[in-house]
Amino acid sequence: MTEKELKKSIRTLSLLGQRGALGVTIDMLGKTNEKICALTGDLKSSCRLERFAAAHPERFFNVGIAEQNMVGISAGLASEGFIPFVASFANFNVMRANEFVKNFMGYMKENIKLVSINSGFSSGMLGNSHYALEDIAALSAIPNITILSPSDSFEAQKAIIAAAEYSGPVYIRLTGDASNPIVYTKDYDFVIGKPICLKESSSSNVALVATGSSVFYSLEAAKVLAKDFDIDIAVWNVHTLSDIDDASLESLANYETIITIEEHRKMGGLGSFITDKLILRDKFPKLRRIGIEQKYDLAGSFIACLEKNKLKGQPLVDEIIRLINS
Amino acid sequence: MTTDKKICTDMRRNVLQLAFNKGNSGAHIGAGLSMIELLKVIYLDTKRDNDFFILSKGHGGISYYTVLYEAGLITKEELYSFGQDGGILSTHPSKNLKIGIECSTGSLGMGLSFGIGKALSTKIKGQDNKVYVLMGDGECNEGSIWEGAMYAGAHKLTNLIGIVDSNKFQLDGPTDEVLSCDLEAMWRASGWHVESIDGNNCDEIREALKAETFGKPLLIYANTIKGKGISFMEADNYWHHTRILKDQLDAALEELEISLLDSSKSLETDIDMTSIFQEVSENK
Repeated sequence: MTEKELKKSIRTLSLLGQRGALGVTIDMLGKTNEKICALTGDLKSSCRLERFAAAHPERFFNVGIAEQNMVGISAGLASEGFIPFVASFANFNVMRANEFVKNFMGYMKENIKLVSINSGFSSGMLGNSHYALEDIAALSAIPNITILSPSDSFEAQKAIIAAAEYSGPVYIRLTGDASNPIVYTKDYDFVIGKPICLKESSSSNVALVATGSSVFYSLEAAKVLAKDFDIDIAVWNVHTLSDIDDASLESLANYETIITIEEHRKMGGLGSFITDKLILRDKFPKLRRIGIEQKYDLAGSFIACLEKNKLKGQPLVDEIIRLINS
Repeated sequence: MTTDKKICTDMRRNVLQLAFNKGNSGAHIGAGLSMIELLKVIYLDTKRDNDFFILSKGHGGISYYTVLYEAGLITKEELYSFGQDGGILSTHPSKNLKIGIECSTGSLGMGLSFGIGKALSTKIKGQDNKVYVLMGDGECNEGSIWEGAMYAGAHKLTNLIGIVDSNKFQLDGPTDEVLSCDLEAMWRASGWHVESIDGNNCDEIREALKAETFGKPLLIYANTIKGKGISFMEADNYWHHTRILKDQLDAALEELEISLLDSSKSLETDIDMTSIFQEVSENK
């Protein structure tokens, strides 16, 4: 792919959003790999699986509104060498089917790729019944599941491809609307378990450590902090929430302050993951979290929910400054 | 004496002995004894090497292991590691392909969906493998069973054979008291061909497995007796999960010996099941 073609592809993926990236990528993988299957629970169109379903009807299973059965069937397929992508809203395939996920992905280690659209607040006005603010927490205590949380549509594509190539259970958490903000404008290496430092800081010793939708908004906040407040701050993208390589952990440990930012509960997500990894060291940074509190608030549109929870724009900038000074 | 009877008696002996060895922590003796004939006919006589067997009612592990032993998949020593610290045979089976265990079960309502995945894999590959999934009647309380039942019925998975070991009891009492419903009608309504049989009769099981299913998945509704084969355990839910004492073990083993000697007292015909079920419902 030429640079021009890549730029066009990134723009297209962004316009389609992360769910569009799911549809395009599964269709692409299905063409060359006959082991790829897709399952969904009456959410074929939402998960953008129409093309895959039309091209490979024998490997596409719409199980109806029955997420437990969906995960169980995927385990049977995986046990026979297939690579099933199980696509639904995070609230349904992670929360509703959680015990099936524990048994088949955790305990039995079947090669299932659980993919969630509509994680975090991306269900907008559909409300709390559809939000998935606890999905990472609900999975991270289960052994053997690799958890991926891509920052934009291009990274979503990379995560899906990496999951297909990886042997073992994977959860992929997709969020946001169409016209997903672009974090990556160039190609790069996506390696499971290896976070990426997107912006180093020369003057301060503070890092914003973000995942999913919060990566883009952290980069934006870092720009404002530099321009308006003369604070030069590092930004990291932690796209894997189950493993982290030693070198990256060492780099993170050397900051004075780490502020984790995530479209998930403060409990059990990125903040907990980073804290658990760093707190065992003799010396670790001051650890602060930006995320969602332990309550069910009023429903709101996606962007409004992000702003209300200090995950975007000026509220995010203000919260970062407050935490740096706390 | 038929081979059926000899092997089923051997399996029952092992179930009782394993339960005794497990000591005070107890074992699922009742269900372990109700499904012996089903395991014998399906696992030893019917299932081919490329077929799959999934024990969805994982608490039947104690009797599943005895059939794995009969099939030569585990040694006597391994069988007798059942429920012992350091052994691989826990109460509920853990996936172990080396000894033929396809699926970890124990939490009810999971094996059918897994079996559907196996059945679909077979269809994609263009093979003729069959998938046998053994469930319990109490297990049919689980909503996920019906998610799977509807799917298999709607998609006409003819290589899938479901078996419900309907021993009429679950942990808290008679299945008809805990959650009364017409399970056979529910399986039919979900698109399955249902064969209702005496599930402690090997010949009836064999016949049912050959039934014409009219393009539907086959569901064998096996009416069995919980605690089958031991007079003081039959249809008594005390034996759902409990310990067995030495004198009880001796009495049970003696009964099995006598039943082998007395050909007129066939294990498969000595109980009038209809009267037992009536008795159970009258006692409600």
